[in-house]
Amino acid sequence: MPALFAADSSIAKFLSDHIGETWGYGLTALIHAVLIIHFFAVAPLFYIWLERKVAGRIQDRLGPTRVGGKFGWLQTLADGIKLIQKEDLCPGAADRFLFRLSPYLVFVASFGAFLTLPWSDGWIAQNLDIGVFFMLAVMSLEVIGVVFAGYSSGSKWALFGGMREAAQVVSYEIPMAICALVPVIVAGTLNMVDIGRMQSGWFTNWFVLHDPFCCLAFFVYFTVATASVKRAPFDLAEAESELVAGFHTEYSGIRWSYFFMAEYASMFAVSGIATALFLGGWYTGIAPIDEGLFASIREVGGSPAEGVTTLGSYVVNLIGMTIFLVKGSALVFFQIWIRWTLPRLRIDQVMTTCLKYLLPISCFLLVGVSVWPLLLNSCIGRTTLVPGEAAALGNKVPRVAPTTTGRKTVAISLTNDHGETIPGILFDPVPITATAERE
Amino acid sequence: MEGVGLTEYLVVAGILFVSGVVCMATKRNAIGVLMGVELVLNGANVNFVAFSRYTKLGLDGQVISLFVIVLAAAEAAVALAIALNFYNNHLTIDVDRGDELKG
Amino acid sequence: MSGANFLFWVYALAAGGSAIAVVLTQNVVRMAFWLIVSLGSTAGLFFLLGADFVGAAQLLVYVGGTLVLLIFGVMLTASGPFINMKTNPGELVLAGVVGCALLGVILSTTGAVAWDALPSSQHQQKLGFNPPEDGSTLRPLGMSFIGLRPDKDLDRKGTSGQLSTGYLLPFEIVSVHLLVVLVGAAYLARAKRRQGS
Repeated sequence: MPALFAADSSIAKFLSDHIGETWGYGLTALIHAVLIIHFFAVAPLFYIWLERKVAGRIQDRLGPTRVGGKFGWLQTLADGIKLIQKEDLCPGAADRFLFRLSPYLVFVASFGAFLTLPWSDGWIAQNLDIGVFFMLAVMSLEVIGVVFAGYSSGSKWALFGGMREAAQVVSYEIPMAICALVPVIVAGTLNMVDIGRMQSGWFTNWFVLHDPFCCLAFFVYFTVATASVKRAPFDLAEAESELVAGFHTEYSGIRWSYFFMAEYASMFAVSGIATALFLGGWYTGIAPIDEGLFASIREVGGSPAEGVTTLGSYVVNLIGMTIFLVKGSALVFFQIWIRWTLPRLRIDQVMTTCLKYLLPISCFLLVGVSVWPLLLNSCIGRTTLVPGEAAALGNKVPRVAPTTTGRKTVAISLTNDHGETIPGILFDPVPITATAERE
Repeated sequence: MEGVGLTEYLVVAGILFVSGVVCMATKRNAIGVLMGVELVLNGANVNFVAFSRYTKLGLDGQVISLFVIVLAAAEAAVALAIALNFYNNHLTIDVDRGDELKG
Repeated sequence: MSGANFLFWVYALAAGGSAIAVVLTQNVVRMAFWLIVSLGSTAGLFFLLGADFVGAAQLLVYVGGTLVLLIFGVMLTASGPFINMKTNPGELVLAGVVGCALLGVILSTTGAVAWDALPSSQHQQKLGFNPPEDGSTLRPLGMSFIGLRPDKDLDRKGTSGQLSTGYLLPFEIVSVHLLVVLVGAAYLARAKRRQGS
């Protein structure tokens, strides 16, 4: 049983102590799901409002002003109520079964990505060791729903939109995954919480400032992520001027709004990945404040399984989550800004941008970040630019480090929990002088 | 129904495998045949991972299932290219029409 | 029935049921949909088995990659909207009978073996890594791809003796294989020039 729901949160621990393991873990999963689905539903409300306001300001007009007072902050809610009331149409030419189903596919794929998004130190629905990989994997499923929506609508505009979307997303997945790997190589782990913890301290510890390759990778990642959630200038799948509304031309009412909820939630999801991987996650970036806030959790929460149930730690985590949300929302704001400022690319330009420029650049960054510590080590004698180390992960991470035993050079060795080194591949006399280890 | 063990996983794998074989045998659409192949490979994967969990096979089972996934992706790419060529030549994707041996 | 068992039955029914639906459906796009459900549930089974990396790879490569490719192929080869290629009912019945027979053989063989008699992995205590039952086999897997076997070598003492080799060479071969496939598929699917132009 613990295989799936590893006891990683205080809720799981508390509940399984009181009402038994099965119901405890089940209830915990339910609580996490309900919390996330609330965020999933409420965040688009805010972002759609933000989009309209920003769009209005950029185009020198006011945006929504009526509903909910001066700033029109209830406009999205009013729209949502209107959408629920609308008739749920299904075109006669459509494949009814797939047509009705595909909004849910998109929705579920987008929702699944939030499973491993770290909201704060230890506040994560499921702390998987493969967090980054899992998120990328689940987000890649979204395209299937879009393609099905386009195909099953029985409309040529929708079909074109779906095909463009498939081509675009499948291409952009590759540089996106490679760019996400760049900070992962620096961190040496795929675990989102661990990656976040490694960026504590001053903001110079953030991976975006770790080395030039990571810095570039952040911008490439953000471009690619904007394209992979089909936002302008890469929104060819729903280009109004060419394709009516692309893959969701035939949709109306609540099913149409699922697509939009998923789109805005995905915008936050990719921004959340960027925040966690590059921008220090839930940390403010000012060392004394972070120390003061998170030290109280760290003492107990170094091993989250022990559970932190004091009120203070909840407040601290709430602050961490707020910081995370602010950073993520800032990136969403950038996406909105870009959308209303830049003209849309042509479909061939979109593919060229990805396959001829972004993909080679990201491969170069991946190689660069692997070579960087060796280069630094031979030039200035340490493996990081900034002196001082990021928070140590303890013994959880076995080190891959070249060492020498006798005449033979051990290219790779393991260090287990007990501090013993186990040699791996042995190479004959060629000595490796540089050490690529991060202590 | 207490204690799901190796046997239950093997049953699921068997169902996947047989579905794949029947799919390969009955479908006239070349891409349907491809889907049958994917199902068969998945049945094998379930077996590998189940054995890696419940027996001493250990990590080997997972590694092999990873290789299977990678090779299945490669196989799908090539098979799809062949299917597209077939379509270009015959203007249909029905494998029953591909019964002539000259190009 | 514990939670994991319940989840197993959910995933097993989804995987098996939609695999059968793939066989029975005639519309190729719906087949693709059922295949997605089947492969996705299989990924769920992998997670339940503690193979989280394999499960995520299944989602990324298979469901997110290969199946999108398949759907792409369906659309590129569609001669009309919603192509239907009916299988002959007689053939379907025959295939069903043969398939049931095959399934019977497999199931009876599976049931006849006393799997419990196999030495179980549960007793092996490994140093330094989360045991596979906790669902993080990521690091051991990665190590095995660069030629180390933490699951086999971690509890040995000292530097003497032969170490396990891991999967460095197969990994390299597979990556070269992927490159060859990439080139080959691009060559096969290239747009041909018309004769005489």
